[in-house]
Amino acid sequence: MKLYCLSGHPTLPCNVLKFKSTTIMLDCGLDMTSTLNFLPLPLVQSPRLSNLPGWSLKDGNAFLDKELKECSGHVFVDSVPEFCLPETELIDLSTVDVILISNYHCMMALPYITEHTGFTGTVYATEPTVQIGRLLMEELVNFIERVPKAQSASLWKNKDIQRLLPSPLKDAVEVSTWRRCYTMQEVNSALSKIQLVGYSQKIELFGAVQVTPLSSGYALGSSNWIIQSHYEKVSYVSGSSLLTTHPQPMDQASLKNSDVLILTGLTQIPTANPDGMVGEFCSNLALTVRNGGNVLVPCYPSGVIYDLLECLYQYIDSAGLSNIPFYFISPVANSSLEFSQIFAEWLCHNKQTKVYLPEPPFPHAELIQTNKLKHYPSLHGDFSSDFRQPCVVFTGHPSLRFGDVVHFMELWGKSSLNTVIFTEPDFSYLEALAPYQPLAMKCIYCPIDTRLNFIQVSKLLKEVQPLHVVCPEQYTQPPPAQSHRMDLMIDCQPPPMSYRRAEVLALPFKRRYEKIEIMPELADALVPMEIKPGISLATVSAVLHTKDNKHVLQPPPRPAQPSGGKKRKRASEDIPDCKVLKPLLSGSIPVEQFVQTLEKHGFSDIKVEDTAKGHIVLLQEAETLIQIEEDSTHIICDNDEMLRVRLRDLVLKFLQKF
Amino acid sequence: MDPECSQLLPALCAVLADPRQPMADDTCLEKLLDWFKTITEAGSSLLLLQENPCLVELLCHVLKPQDLSSRVLSFSLRLTGVFAAQEDCFQYLQGDSSLFVASAAGQLLVHILSLSMRGPAEGPPGLQADDWPACAQKIVGHIEESLRSTAAPQITQALNVLTTTFGHCHDPWTQVLWVQLHPLVAALLEKDPVPAAHSLVDLLLSVARSPGLSSSSCGLWETLAQTLSHLSPTQAGLLALGILKLQDCPQALRAQAFAVLLQPLACVLKATAQGPGPSGLLDSTSADSVTADILLPSKAACVGLLCRTLAHLELLLPLPQRPCPWPQAPLLGAAVTLLQLCGGSGSPASDEGRQLCTLLLGCVRVQRAALDFLGTLSQETGPPELVTQVFAVLLEYLRSPDSSPTVLKKAFQATFRWLLSSPRTPGCSDLDSHALLFLRELLPVLQKRLCSPCWEVRDSGLEFLTQMTRRWGGQAGFRHALLASEVPRLTEQLLRDPESYVRASAVTAMGQLSSQGLCVPPASPEHPGGQQKSLLGELLHILSTDSEGFPRRAVMQVFTQWLRDSHADVVGDTEQFVAGVLQVAGQDLDWEVRAQGLELALVFLEQTLGPPRSHCPYAVTPPVAAPASPLTQALQPLCRVRLFEFAFRALFDCDRPVAQKSCDLLLLLRAKMASSSSLQEPRSSPDVASVEAALQRWRAGDQAQPLGDLEPEVVLAVLRSMDLEGLRGALAESSDHVEKSPQSLLQDMLATVGILGENEADCY
Repeated sequence: MKLYCLSGHPTLPCNVLKFKSTTIMLDCGLDMTSTLNFLPLPLVQSPRLSNLPGWSLKDGNAFLDKELKECSGHVFVDSVPEFCLPETELIDLSTVDVILISNYHCMMALPYITEHTGFTGTVYATEPTVQIGRLLMEELVNFIERVPKAQSASLWKNKDIQRLLPSPLKDAVEVSTWRRCYTMQEVNSALSKIQLVGYSQKIELFGAVQVTPLSSGYALGSSNWIIQSHYEKVSYVSGSSLLTTHPQPMDQASLKNSDVLILTGLTQIPTANPDGMVGEFCSNLALTVRNGGNVLVPCYPSGVIYDLLECLYQYIDSAGLSNIPFYFISPVANSSLEFSQIFAEWLCHNKQTKVYLPEPPFPHAELIQTNKLKHYPSLHGDFSSDFRQPCVVFTGHPSLRFGDVVHFMELWGKSSLNTVIFTEPDFSYLEALAPYQPLAMKCIYCPIDTRLNFIQVSKLLKEVQPLHVVCPEQYTQPPPAQSHRMDLMIDCQPPPMSYRRAEVLALPFKRRYEKIEIMPELADALVPMEIKPGISLATVSAVLHTKDNKHVLQPPPRPAQPSGGKKRKRASEDIPDCKVLKPLLSGSIPVEQFVQTLEKHGFSDIKVEDTAKGHIVLLQEAETLIQIEEDSTHIICDNDEMLRVRLRDLVLKFLQKF
Repeated sequence: MDPECSQLLPALCAVLADPRQPMADDTCLEKLLDWFKTITEAGSSLLLLQENPCLVELLCHVLKPQDLSSRVLSFSLRLTGVFAAQEDCFQYLQGDSSLFVASAAGQLLVHILSLSMRGPAEGPPGLQADDWPACAQKIVGHIEESLRSTAAPQITQALNVLTTTFGHCHDPWTQVLWVQLHPLVAALLEKDPVPAAHSLVDLLLSVARSPGLSSSSCGLWETLAQTLSHLSPTQAGLLALGILKLQDCPQALRAQAFAVLLQPLACVLKATAQGPGPSGLLDSTSADSVTADILLPSKAACVGLLCRTLAHLELLLPLPQRPCPWPQAPLLGAAVTLLQLCGGSGSPASDEGRQLCTLLLGCVRVQRAALDFLGTLSQETGPPELVTQVFAVLLEYLRSPDSSPTVLKKAFQATFRWLLSSPRTPGCSDLDSHALLFLRELLPVLQKRLCSPCWEVRDSGLEFLTQMTRRWGGQAGFRHALLASEVPRLTEQLLRDPESYVRASAVTAMGQLSSQGLCVPPASPEHPGGQQKSLLGELLHILSTDSEGFPRRAVMQVFTQWLRDSHADVVGDTEQFVAGVLQVAGQDLDWEVRAQGLELALVFLEQTLGPPRSHCPYAVTPPVAAPASPLTQALQPLCRVRLFEFAFRALFDCDRPVAQKSCDLLLLLRAKMASSSSLQEPRSSPDVASVEAALQRWRAGDQAQPLGDLEPEVVLAVLRSMDLEGLRGALAESSDHVEKSPQSLLQDMLATVGILGENEADCY
């Protein structure tokens, strides 16, 4: 069993598991932090961005000044943003049989894999995962395609040139493999390869293994996966949460008794408690608005935003913010808000029961009804006529490199009354803000990451007791900035096996058993003999038939009548020789009774010696040794075949034959 | 004893003497006993027994062997003890399951011992234990036997009896007793673990505090030292604290006790020390491995020990006999370190430190205890770099999104105490430059906290603001920083908070800010350019419309303070202000609001008529001088604001405190009248008669009819004719004096027995 690790990002995993005869890709995350190296794509022409000076080498050589621009001491690539794909060289991706998706954030690289690697398999995911994943992809494509950029920079990627660049460009990994965003056509084609599954549904893969998605509690439709054969069980834990937010709670019990547990997608901010952060978010929002400022919340169109809107729903009246408009701007805003209300079966119990009242499960419906929350596909159109300040705007993209957020950063960045509040944990907020410096706007970092923290992981592992844990190397040591925090790492016995990008792990367990079926007529022919109470044995002669990873014992063909002719036997006609079967023996020899029997049969002068493995019975007169061990008995006598046979028959009296 | 009780008593005695009628509740027996005690204290007990022969019958009956419940037996014995000391042995009572019985038995043993040792008229028994009365010897023998026992409950009982003995009796024989029992007590220390450690600590401290014992001669100090070293750190803390509180105690023992007390903190400092250098506490105590063993393996033990240690040290700090030199710097360091560990900002280098960090991370109990302790430490100063660290860690806690509301509250309190203690320029009460710098960082945090979704946080933020404003509101540095922030405006907005506690705190804070001239005219987005309501108007609005009591009470307090301080908004038209407030307060459903209204009325009265003659000869005479005009004229403003109607109404208030307060106010006014030179003859007029008639109806509960405009003469006449003293006497009786009467107790007990009897009958 092997694990091919194609992504180094612990929360955007992409691993391939070879298990029995199957090749299973676990998640297909896309590392978008690469876009932080690029200049933002403004929705309308930005004089500030277009007038940034070109970057030149220390010696004044300015041959890169078209591709690289400088802003407040940082250098950015002036080009269409590009993404860092999972490894494509480590394993032939056309051999991947299936892709299992755990949540909508972990499928963003799917079009790159399904459309460009010769992939012919099936993708499995839950319905909300697919629907919301589609929204995220649609938004991404829309953000990038609606502001076409003529320039595509590639010179800087040259290895010799990259060495000369300042950090972080200099240290960016595998820039040659970075790719532009996919198209909507590729998205549609990729999504058409997905087969929908429900929690706890058992899916047979080629008869060899069975895969099952389990609720992981992190997002709508998010799952962990069980991959099992008859005798082996691998659990794949991706983004999971034990907090009571909107999704169905995490199914922990089904993860028990795993041979291997692959653990990814823990919280990216282990020191921040989501509750405290939500409080911080609300306080800062109210403080800004009360002072007459605007609040900008860069966010994804689905996920934490549902919880934030719910908190604000409870908070705005008490904070005297009822008159402040909340705007949600995204090409998929409407679909996201509506989808969230129809996936009732994927929601937590509280929200599910609301559906039967009937009430919308999320209170944002009421916010929309009362006109407190308004949503728009983009800031063009209706929004510009409705727009009132001060206000709160939720919009993407959290990287601040594309999407409507770029416009609001340019618009509000100059006033210290305004605040940008970062809630998504995927991007470093300082790096995200770098191309907007100098910035007068207040910046608040309230990352809300509901995924498991290390305390929860340690409880989980104690509970489900896997034999082995495999995780990204980042989880096996405290974060570099907090090296003393021994609590911020996975602590289990045996210590976890760690992996890093482009590594192949041999998973530390051997398969020992295979299930075999037996045909009814063959089973009928068996004559079991009880050798111990409750244990019966029978011998069987059969042909082992193996097809589609299923093994069946069939009755042997009848022995062919010896033919008179001298025809050559064909190899396939070789039948096992059943005639010379010797009976099998079982049982043990009680030494005292055996000695008594010997005495009855006239042997005298018998001595018994205890050995490490059993006994030696010494017939001194006959100069004979009988060595009795657990699984063998030897009679050693000096060429006296008669004596040996007599003794053998006495031994056999104590044993059962069949 | 009144005749009603005398009539009930025989029936009750019969019930008590009847084993088939069990008393379900021994608290009523306790109450009964209390009652008998008050009777015997008041009069002759002999007479009581003669008048109530049923009591003697009960006591005689109890002496016969029978199935009486131990509760009744205990009661009877104690009753006997109340009437006359009776000597007998009641040791077997000690183990009784009833707490009252066990404790009474213990106390009885002590009393018997003490009585028997006081001896007959010919003088106390000799100091040789062999000469002691048989009874005393038997008791001591019983105690000795119990101390030798292996059963912890028995040892505990023996120790408790001894603790009571040394706590109550200080005669020379107690020293003999201690010398005799001392080896047995010391022997308990040989056992591992030490049995009944808590009771042992109590005993040793009781002995040490007893003036009857000369501690040095009895080996007490040695035993204490031995006990300190034998008990586990979790048990030894209380003993160490007790030793340090003792007035005369050898220096070495004090040092040892202090070391025991400091050990856990020394351990923390050692585990987190950045470098190898000694860190103060370690000089005097070795952070021994026992403490480390207790601290590290379990979170519960670690947290418990640290919290107890911090609480003990906090108790010790303000005492005059606290150890000297006081290790202020290392203790400050330890408190800061603990807070850093709990908050996740500590960065220990050692394995122990990291382990400690994992145990304490986010631990609210330790955070609260350490913040309290840190606040107490502000009484002393510390090295500047440590004080900087103190402010840094406080700011960290105030900032942290993970601080729980209770932790935040403590952090605010500790911050205020440290700001109070921060060094000031002589002759100037403003904050020093460091504190002002800190304040500039603090105010944005306070701003954010005032917007917290958690009401407890908003509330403690407002309380903190009120405290700070009260203290530094007049100082330029503070004023400047505060006015440059959004805090005053946010506070104003919190007057409309959905949570009533927050509104109440906002009212108090705004009242304080306004008194200091720190209210900025609100420029809320809701009323752009519109006519702004004055704060006075806003507070009056809250007083008349708020659905919860707390904000209205707060408004009344602010108004009273404003009137007292001659606040600018009030001085403009004081009479209109008082009239308006009294009118609203008089109709309030909350009695505290009405009571506070009387307080305000009193302030107004004093300002109008001059203060009452002060009891204190050095009292400062307030600026408002007593009017020289005739009293009737002086009363005019009071009549105009309808103060009397308010006070008379309050006099018949259904809530006693309001009526009492009003009574006091009117009595004060009458005293003024008496002292006034312009005494006029009471005038009987139709006005007076109609007012008196109206008051009669009010008293009867019909308060619908108003009194209308009252003339000062009428008021004076009515006041003279009222029996205010009688009313005050009636109000002073507690409202439940009927329910608490002994007659009621006896009836209740009989009634309960009756019910029990009925139930019994039902069963068969």
